[in-house]
Amino acid sequence: MHSRTLAELSAALHEHQISSEELTRHFLGRIERHDEILNAFVTVAAEGALASARDADKKLASGDAGPLTGIPIAHKDLFCTTGLKTSCGSKMLDNFVSPYDATVVERLKHAGSILVGKTNMDEYAMGSSNETSYYGVVHNPWDTDRVPGGSSGGSAAAVAAGLVVAATGTDTGGSIRQPAALTGITGLKPTYGRVSRWGMVAFASSLDQAGTLTHTAEDASLLLGVMAGFDTRDSTSVDRPVPDYRASLEKPLDGMRVGVVDEFFDPGLESGVATLVEQAIDAFKGLGADVERVHLPNLGLSVPTYYVVAPAECSSNLSRFDGVRFGHRASKPKDLHDLYCRSRAEGFGDEVKRRILTGTYVLSAGYYDAYYLKAQKVRHLIADDFKRAFEKVDLLMGPTTPTAAFGIGEKTDDPITMYLNDVYTIGVNLAGLPAISVPCGFDAGLPVGLHIIGNYFDEERILNAAHMYQRETDWHNQRPEAFA
Amino acid sequence: MSFDRNEFENLAFLARLDVGAEEMDGLVANLTRIIDFFEQLDQADTEGVVPMAHPLDMPQRLRDDIVTEQDRRAMYQGNAPQTDAGLYLVPRVIDRLTANE
Repeated sequence: MHSRTLAELSAALHEHQISSEELTRHFLGRIERHDEILNAFVTVAAEGALASARDADKKLASGDAGPLTGIPIAHKDLFCTTGLKTSCGSKMLDNFVSPYDATVVERLKHAGSILVGKTNMDEYAMGSSNETSYYGVVHNPWDTDRVPGGSSGGSAAAVAAGLVVAATGTDTGGSIRQPAALTGITGLKPTYGRVSRWGMVAFASSLDQAGTLTHTAEDASLLLGVMAGFDTRDSTSVDRPVPDYRASLEKPLDGMRVGVVDEFFDPGLESGVATLVEQAIDAFKGLGADVERVHLPNLGLSVPTYYVVAPAECSSNLSRFDGVRFGHRASKPKDLHDLYCRSRAEGFGDEVKRRILTGTYVLSAGYYDAYYLKAQKVRHLIADDFKRAFEKVDLLMGPTTPTAAFGIGEKTDDPITMYLNDVYTIGVNLAGLPAISVPCGFDAGLPVGLHIIGNYFDEERILNAAHMYQRETDWHNQRPEAFA
Repeated sequence: MSFDRNEFENLAFLARLDVGAEEMDGLVANLTRIIDFFEQLDQADTEGVVPMAHPLDMPQRLRDDIVTEQDRRAMYQGNAPQTDAGLYLVPRVIDRLTANE
């Protein structure tokens, strides 16, 4: 049951082959059996899940059900969920019980999905390996000595191991696509503004975007159709209609113009990964696409640009954690300043502190122009590179990550080494574009992802291309044997 | 570049982070490396380029000036470390006046 896709489980529920309660119990049982090894969940909401499943079964029986009715899913632990802990992977929020639902949570709940739990993540979504969580490292189901990627690593590991059929994530610099690639699943980051950020714990507000972690592009289309749409509570939410993403999945790719980004095939790219990605791009030729090389000349500066912009926004956003209104508070503060400084020092982990300090530095008097303003200008150059490319092609392709999953502890000593892991994904966030990672093979037994980037609000075409590729290939159907 | 101790302590003060003596050296080394990494940005010719603060070219939306939120103070304060009579409590910020003032 757990090796099936969301679309297949949805059909089984609607045909009454199985009830939502049975399905939910099955996944809860798998979480209980396997999560001790993976550590993908921070909170499991068994009781609430079973109650929702029984409600869903009534709806399924009466015919008042949609494609997500009765489907067990998990949310990354930075989406606020009423009555459940929303920790953001941090000691700072270990005691925080959200008084409301994020818009994403509300919409998926309204569509009848069953919330089975909240997934582990890098602290405040700052990390590419899920090693910075207060709740410990998440393990990759394909090799438990390796990282699942991050920051949505708990969501990725949970879906890959079949502990849940789909999960939400957020992507600020690659945090959906990179873990999806490293765990052999499909990860979609929509256009900035497509999905409401309301009720997401903010990291970098001009970059954060919610998306999906699923087995297939078809499953992603079902979730995105519910998650996307205008929300008055998010001032950057875009008011434009949400297409029926599923309806255009099967459109033939004849004449689709695909640009292969030259700069993605840099010396840092492992040859095994390069070969698999090139084979995947060849498959698109077979599907009728016209493939050409394209250049994004400023893309090489996206990592330093991002690591100025994102920490600057993070230092500002995280100033709200002051030990006064919610979150961790230091004991016996001697004055207000001591309360702030010690609550934050005790509540935040090392990587979060590094980013707050970096952000404070680049925003401080005397350095603002040299770093922050300069990075914002380079950001414009990078976005313009993408704009020019999309005048010539419909989609851009390349690898999602330079290597397959790396070992736990392998990159924790040097922050720059870790940051460079996001080299292919970060440009997309700086520009605000939509992109997906789909499984395209195995390098020495570890999954590799193909990165497909689309123009603004062109999720339809991305999902269409990814789906047609998945009809031709079998990589998305592979499951880690240890969790069969 | 490199930080001297005073500079770093000022930065930690601005960020409202208490940095213990044992983490100081590691953080200074990391931060130095990160800021050095940013020097690459100088390679880009940004003469006349407008800074990009936001990915979408959109105006700030306005809404009608009407009350839409309900008073949920009691619920929100359920997460607060210390409250009294609907107020958030913090250590005293103004010294108590003495009787003869």
